[in-house]
Amino acid sequence: MSIDIDTARRVAHLARIAVKEDDLPALAQELSGILTFMEQLGEVDVDGVEPMTSVTPMRLKRRDDVVTDGGMQDRILKNAPDAREGFFAVPKVVE
Amino acid sequence: MTDLNSLTIAEARDALRKGETTSVALTEACLTAIESAGALNAFVHHTPDIAMDQARAADARIKAGDAPAMCGVPLGIKDLFCTRGVPSQAASRILQGFRPEYESTVTSQLFDAGAVMLGKLNMDEFAMGSSNETSVYGNAVNPWRRGNDDTALTPGGSSGGSAAAVAADLCLAATGTDTGGSIRQPAAFTGITGLKPTYGRCSRWGIVAFASSLDQAGPMTKDVRDAAIMLQAMAGPDAKDSTSADIPVPDFEAALTGDIRGKKIGLPREYRMEGMPAEIEALWQQGAEMLKDAGAEIVDITLPHTKYALPAYYVIAPAEASSNLARYDGVRYGHRASLDKGDGIVEMYEKTRAEGFGPEVQRRVMIGTYVLSAGFYDAYYNRARKVRALIKRDFDQVFDQGIDAILTPATPSAAFGLGEMADADPVAMYLNDVFTVTVNLAGLPGIAVPAGLDKQGLPLGLQLIGKPWDEAGLLNHAYVLEQAAGFVSKPAKWW
Repeated sequence: MSIDIDTARRVAHLARIAVKEDDLPALAQELSGILTFMEQLGEVDVDGVEPMTSVTPMRLKRRDDVVTDGGMQDRILKNAPDAREGFFAVPKVVE
Repeated sequence: MTDLNSLTIAEARDALRKGETTSVALTEACLTAIESAGALNAFVHHTPDIAMDQARAADARIKAGDAPAMCGVPLGIKDLFCTRGVPSQAASRILQGFRPEYESTVTSQLFDAGAVMLGKLNMDEFAMGSSNETSVYGNAVNPWRRGNDDTALTPGGSSGGSAAAVAADLCLAATGTDTGGSIRQPAAFTGITGLKPTYGRCSRWGIVAFASSLDQAGPMTKDVRDAAIMLQAMAGPDAKDSTSADIPVPDFEAALTGDIRGKKIGLPREYRMEGMPAEIEALWQQGAEMLKDAGAEIVDITLPHTKYALPAYYVIAPAEASSNLARYDGVRYGHRASLDKGDGIVEMYEKTRAEGFGPEVQRRVMIGTYVLSAGFYDAYYNRARKVRALIKRDFDQVFDQGIDAILTPATPSAAFGLGEMADADPVAMYLNDVFTVTVNLAGLPGIAVPAGLDKQGLPLGLQLIGKPWDEAGLLNHAYVLEQAAGFVSKPAKWW
């Protein structure tokens, strides 16, 4: 599977990583190389094999659906690049 | 008496309990060693004030007769662990300035046991790398050199700073994390012991996530006994990590009996890789002989899907990383790019992540995005998960046949020079994980033990792989191997 420049542009956008137009050919080539390496997986007979979902055979733990923590707005916001009036601040979103 | 910073955990514990030394003295010795080891670039955030406070508190506890094994022991902490009020940035620019308001479960268990934090250790960015060359802090440097050649070598990765710090006696031990080999490969490159526990043995809460189904924290120590002691303090169930196992933690140190008579050790034929250096092949054979001499039975085994472990890993790990790293968006913590007039929220995300993530992290996030995207999910991600199930089944079958542990080389080479792989294909770097990555995919415990030196005088390690939850048995096998190999070499101090 080789990745063309349009696919590289689309993947970069999906990943929300800005990539300069000039850098797309090299990126496409790099991603293609890695995917070629993964092509080997096509050799394996996986008929009837269930995809692995849990590393160890255990039922995922459950807990009571109750609030266990909270009331720490200051600490939550402490590392924000831009926090105002108790909120995270971001550029204006117009859609 | 030897320098205090070169003691093992066990030696320090015994000396502390006998009143022959103090945690303050141990901590000061380590801080002095760290100060003169800037050339190794192992410690990237120094916390001497916290260390001295913890050391004084530990001394008071020891005096009061309340001294768990780790009490007063100075440690280095990988930068991937969130430590309250102390920079924790996974060696990434995107977490610059981040000071967590909380403490990871593993570090809080260590500190509750009285351990002392000297500072945070260098690593590959988000633990993605095998040479510590993707770090925003610059390369960590291996204290070992090739004879008289002063080429700077990699300490391995991703826990490169941890490995360099322990090998250079800057701390008594360090925490590491292992997603595809990130504890065991650097341990092998620096002549120390590194243990990746069974998936679920240590809580992942508060450790910056890379690939959640593969990540495990573990100890990086000067010997096997220390790995047992330190794992004891790190392990155990945690309500904050639903994948941490509700399984009692046995006394790992007590399991070090040195008796492995009648145990069956498997040698997987698929690990005999084409082009493997003769020295590594010879070391592997010697390791098998040592275990045989100790009364174990050596059995040839087969793990037929081994060849597909790396490609499966390099689908699954980037897929998980792409979702885990989606949280770095410039909103809640860390770096935000400065925006141009008219930029909206999407530009903020895209610019922030382009500036904040290094090239390897960007590459893996994009690969992960691709393999999870519509139309490719089945062909790549689901297929890789099926192959993963087969890799795990290979191990299950071998253990069902009565194999107690599996012996393999730890790495396909000794430490290589920093920059030597710079022009290589990214896939060439991924081959470093060839012997270790199967263990993460199957969720098993694995340990790297230093077993010899190559002809250039660099350490080489062997890996033992254990049954799920049998770290105790695994450590005992490793202990026998360690005693037989008698590895005592230390790097000559040049820094």
